[in-house]
Amino acid sequence: MTQAEHTDTAAWSYHVDPAYYRELAAIAGEWSDAWPVADAELLAETQALLHREARLLDEARFNEWLELYTPTCLYWVPITPGGGDPEREVSHAFDDRRRLTDRVYWLRTGVAFCQIPQSRTRRLITNVEVIDEPAENRRRVRSNFHIQEFRAGQHKSYVGWYGHVLVREQQGWRIQLKQVNLIDSEHGHENLTLVF
Amino acid sequence: MSAFATNGSRRRWEDLVRVDRVHRSLYVDEEIFAAEMRLVFGHTWIYLAHESQLSEPNGFLTGHLGRRPILVTRDGEGRLHALFNRCTHRAATVCREESGRARSFQCPYHGWTFRNTGELVGVPWPDGYGPDFRREDFGLGRVPRVESYRGFVFGTLDEAAPSLTEHLGAARPLLDYWIDRAPDGDVRVRSAAHRMVYRGNWKLAYDNAGDGYHPAFSHRSLLKMAARLGETRDMAYFGRSPDQGPMYVQYLGNGHTFIDQRPNYAAAGDFWRNQRVQPGREGLERLIRDRHGADADRLLDLAVGSQINLNIFPNLLIIGNQVQVIEPLAVDRTQLTWHATAIGGVPDEVNVLRMRTQEDFPAFGEPDDQANFEEAQRGLSVPEMEWVLMNRGHGVPDRQKVDADGVVTGPVTDELHMRGYFQEWLRLMRLEDP
Ligand code: FES
Ligand SMILES: [Fe+2]
Repeated sequence: MTQAEHTDTAAWSYHVDPAYYRELAAIAGEWSDAWPVADAELLAETQALLHREARLLDEARFNEWLELYTPTCLYWVPITPGGGDPEREVSHAFDDRRRLTDRVYWLRTGVAFCQIPQSRTRRLITNVEVIDEPAENRRRVRSNFHIQEFRAGQHKSYVGWYGHVLVREQQGWRIQLKQVNLIDSEHGHENLTLVF
Repeated sequence: MSAFATNGSRRRWEDLVRVDRVHRSLYVDEEIFAAEMRLVFGHTWIYLAHESQLSEPNGFLTGHLGRRPILVTRDGEGRLHALFNRCTHRAATVCREESGRARSFQCPYHGWTFRNTGELVGVPWPDGYGPDFRREDFGLGRVPRVESYRGFVFGTLDEAAPSLTEHLGAARPLLDYWIDRAPDGDVRVRSAAHRMVYRGNWKLAYDNAGDGYHPAFSHRSLLKMAARLGETRDMAYFGRSPDQGPMYVQYLGNGHTFIDQRPNYAAAGDFWRNQRVQPGREGLERLIRDRHGADADRLLDLAVGSQINLNIFPNLLIIGNQVQVIEPLAVDRTQLTWHATAIGGVPDEVNVLRMRTQEDFPAFGEPDDQANFEEAQRGLSVPEMEWVLMNRGHGVPDRQKVDADGVVTGPVTDELHMRGYFQEWLRLMRLEDP
């Protein structure tokens, strides 16, 4: 196996190491900071990306959704409110690129019985705030969400807030981190298999 | 308690639990459910908590014993108590938090105050009570027997129940195996929990916990997903003629059941080599191998599940590295809480890997089972179809072995675990109405 192949993060996970966790803890600890008000253009550009992500998920276009994420991304749904310590606690989802690819693959196997019938969702995203940090080549975004799900005769709703870290790549802005904070994350949930 | 008649005539419990089948009413009848909460959850040892969740003096946890709200406390001297979370004045719960530390609990309704041992220590404006009012008569109700087995705290309402170790019986050495995987038996149940609720009877989970028949089918999505990167690894052996393999299922007595996946593995490092890949696997493995050399295989195996499913009747399921608790909510609604565990005596990276390992099955395995439990509950609503079968392996010559202690062993897909535990269910249900 060559080193070059090891850089395919859909197959290998060398990079989720102690430094990765330290960086995550630093980001997760700063979501409540005060940010300056974003100008209208920055806000509109950011909202457009969130809306595009929402539409891909609501239309179950998971392969296209995956392409919004960077090779070293993390899709994180903590159990402990605020995030807790992922080195010592489990999460609903702690998906590096490989596990996220697996998750999409799993949803599309056609034999994930918890998704037969498939969840239908629509999500509302509001209260969007963004801070542009050109020195770090990133933007941090926080927003509130309300996802309504219908599946197997049941309506359910999920409420919480997202924290997104976007990084600029050649193709444009991609998602480095999506932290999904459910208001009832540590409580009982039925069939928590939709993608937030 | 004989109102569960169907077709207008009284049926006896024996009519509902036959040697190879059980009646649907055990899963759908609200009166039977209410009787189970009194008898099954009232007369045997029920898992309540792990000591690591209340390691400090004056720690407490709230929970349920059957449907009864309870409060598990450690007092200032370190003794454990299980108390009904029910004010002796006019019934309000006295504690509404999930966990914390407290020497005493003041009922928020009229302010009666109880020590964490249960004693009533204060009543506001006591001169409103007559001379025959004695505080010592109004302590919190208590679960009379509480015992810990190596950190696992159980309680029973039945003063006449055998000792906890006697009750654990043949499950005890298997629980020891699981605990002793942690150096010095230092298991820590403080790593958050997946609380998964399904619309089905609690026994659907207990039936499944000893079921080696379903993985190749119910977990097809997981097995397919695992094949994305080549070998399927973990659990693939359930799909390849499992009855011809070395795995087995056992009925251990007293309602306890067991599946052993360990015979699929031989050498140190095999658990790790066979594990489906998880986030950070390669980076942390390299780090552990660099630092720990020859000891790395042993350490990496500890990041992987125990390869046993040990089910301690009626509410404790040891699966992988998790401590899973069955909490019946209603006849057709159940919460399964998967407590993740960490262990002492290993480098931090081993516990980090354990966290990522313990997220995998609750995300990609268990939801498909729970979808099947819910669909089974829907199927059980057909009154004309009365029976749930548990006959696989029954009456097949030379398929089962019974040892001197009465432990029954058979091929891993057999339903002998159900045939066994329903006998214990029957014993408990008959206590009130023999
Ligand atoms: S109900 Fe607790 S003090 Fe009245
Ligand atoms: Fe299963």
